[in-house]
Amino acid sequence: MTAMDYFKKTAFYFAVLVIVVVAVFPFYYAVITSFKTGTALFQVDYWITKFDWTNYISVMNGRNFIRSIGNSVFIASTTVAFALLLAVTASYALARVRFRGRGLLLMVILAVSMFPQIAVLAGLFELVRFLGIYNTPWAMILSYTIFTLPFTVWVLTTFMRDLPIEIEEAAIVDGATPWVIITKVFMPLLWPALVTTGLLAFIGAWNEFLFALTFTASETQRTVPVAIGLLSGASQQEIPWGPIMAASVIVTVPLIVLVLIFQRKIVAGLTAGGVKG
Amino acid sequence: MNTTTNTGGRERSLQEQRARAAFWFLAPMLIMLFCVAAWPLFRSIYFSFTNTTLSSLYTGEWIGFDNYLSRRELSSGRVLWRGTLVDPAWWNAVWNTVRFSVVSVTIETVLGMLVALVLNAEFKGRGFVRAAILVPWAIPTIVSAKMWGWMLNDQFGIINDILLNVGLIDQKVAWAANIDTAMFAVLVVDVWKTTPFMALLCLAGLQMIPRDIYEAAKLDGIHPIRVFFKITLPLVRPALMVAVIFRMLDALRIFDLIYVLTPNSDATRTMSIISRQNLIEFDKFAYGSAQSTLLFVIIAIFVALYIWLGKVDLSGEGSR
Repeated sequence: MTAMDYFKKTAFYFAVLVIVVVAVFPFYYAVITSFKTGTALFQVDYWITKFDWTNYISVMNGRNFIRSIGNSVFIASTTVAFALLLAVTASYALARVRFRGRGLLLMVILAVSMFPQIAVLAGLFELVRFLGIYNTPWAMILSYTIFTLPFTVWVLTTFMRDLPIEIEEAAIVDGATPWVIITKVFMPLLWPALVTTGLLAFIGAWNEFLFALTFTASETQRTVPVAIGLLSGASQQEIPWGPIMAASVIVTVPLIVLVLIFQRKIVAGLTAGGVKG
Repeated sequence: MNTTTNTGGRERSLQEQRARAAFWFLAPMLIMLFCVAAWPLFRSIYFSFTNTTLSSLYTGEWIGFDNYLSRRELSSGRVLWRGTLVDPAWWNAVWNTVRFSVVSVTIETVLGMLVALVLNAEFKGRGFVRAAILVPWAIPTIVSAKMWGWMLNDQFGIINDILLNVGLIDQKVAWAANIDTAMFAVLVVDVWKTTPFMALLCLAGLQMIPRDIYEAAKLDGIHPIRVFFKITLPLVRPALMVAVIFRMLDALRIFDLIYVLTPNSDATRTMSIISRQNLIEFDKFAYGSAQSTLLFVIIAIFVALYIWLGKVDLSGEGSR
């Protein structure tokens, strides 16, 4: 190897190192901060000096934090289950049946998923008030459908297009109705796609802020992002950075674990929604 | 003869049966989308032509375009223009949003492409690096806003500490609070958070390019930079165009990051932020509706132009 090659190789690994450090450092720093209290907070450290669980204990004992996690879990899972239920049959029709206006319908669905949510906020607010679900989890479950449903339909459609036609033809020859084809033939093949799509939609619902902020009034109804966003200290000037970081770590670690476990599937799902789509 | 007509009839009825099933399969989803998207959108647009207030949603009266623009002549002969379209705060928000979207998406595209090129090379630990860049993507926006808010803190933030030690700044900067640097702070956090998404989409595009093209180019002794601009870029262009419009639409509606990182800063107040403020906080429900309608119109025009000028095939039907 020449000196030039060595130089290139070093430069390449340096770039890799920079990418990893920049990507991970802010979260690492949040973890460091979450273990600090009192004056230690105001000292910049690059390593964890001692494990002080005070912030975690105070967050978990806080009035409504556990409740917020419960709200978020309930809202996100219900929304995703509901969206998947409607999306499986709809995406079969969009992927497998030729009918006029299919391309246009797909474009409309994509357009809805890319919608600026503020544009429907006033109308949704009226709808939520009309249905009497303001300040309940159902307000979020209803409103999150606006992005989870088009997204799941879109991604499942791209997955279903790729299933081999022969399987379906064989089922049709055996006299299977479309309903039987979906439930008995396609569903077993679709499980991986359902897990991926469901997970991505779950993350989307878990992270949503605008609707959750607007459609809740009392602290007990808040979702996790709203609870963290509005977490304040005893006075205006005093921002409780320690507890905020502890709460951030608590709600982020499960997500990161999920993402690392399902890494390959998530990349496949994201690109199915973006590139191939 | 008889048999052919028979199978023909059966095929047609099968086709009909499938079409009927497709209709019933699509109906629930379409009804749902109508309820949560089309109807609220219609109502929001309707509200923008009324004087509805937050406390009494049903007593608003039709006032035409007054929320957008109205002209009133005083008895003294002076002409008063009122409405969103002559509101400097609104145009400030439009400018902030456009500036934020263009700058952030440009940086994210370039950086995302660079990261994708690195990840497309074969090296030890590639899987680990790919996992690492998913971390910013997985962190909720609110959490990343808080994390960076703490890192960018003027008194105790680590960013100031690092920059002071390196000697890039000679006094502590209040990144999020200072009106000159607030937009910069928002851009940094947004780029950090969404470059991974861009990189993964670019990477997927890169991996669809057959490797032997590169080998042929290498045999011909073509410089790598020339290869990138003449071979790689044209081939990933369709994927890149789709990724850019997705990011652009996301950037144009940005709300949560700014709401938490730089609340109430004129330097970063975007269209979404100002509409929600008017809708919910300032009790100017109809006025806020007019602003959100304008945002919708701006985004719709942008998308139409982009698809038309860039000839982007979003539905993926053409390639099949």
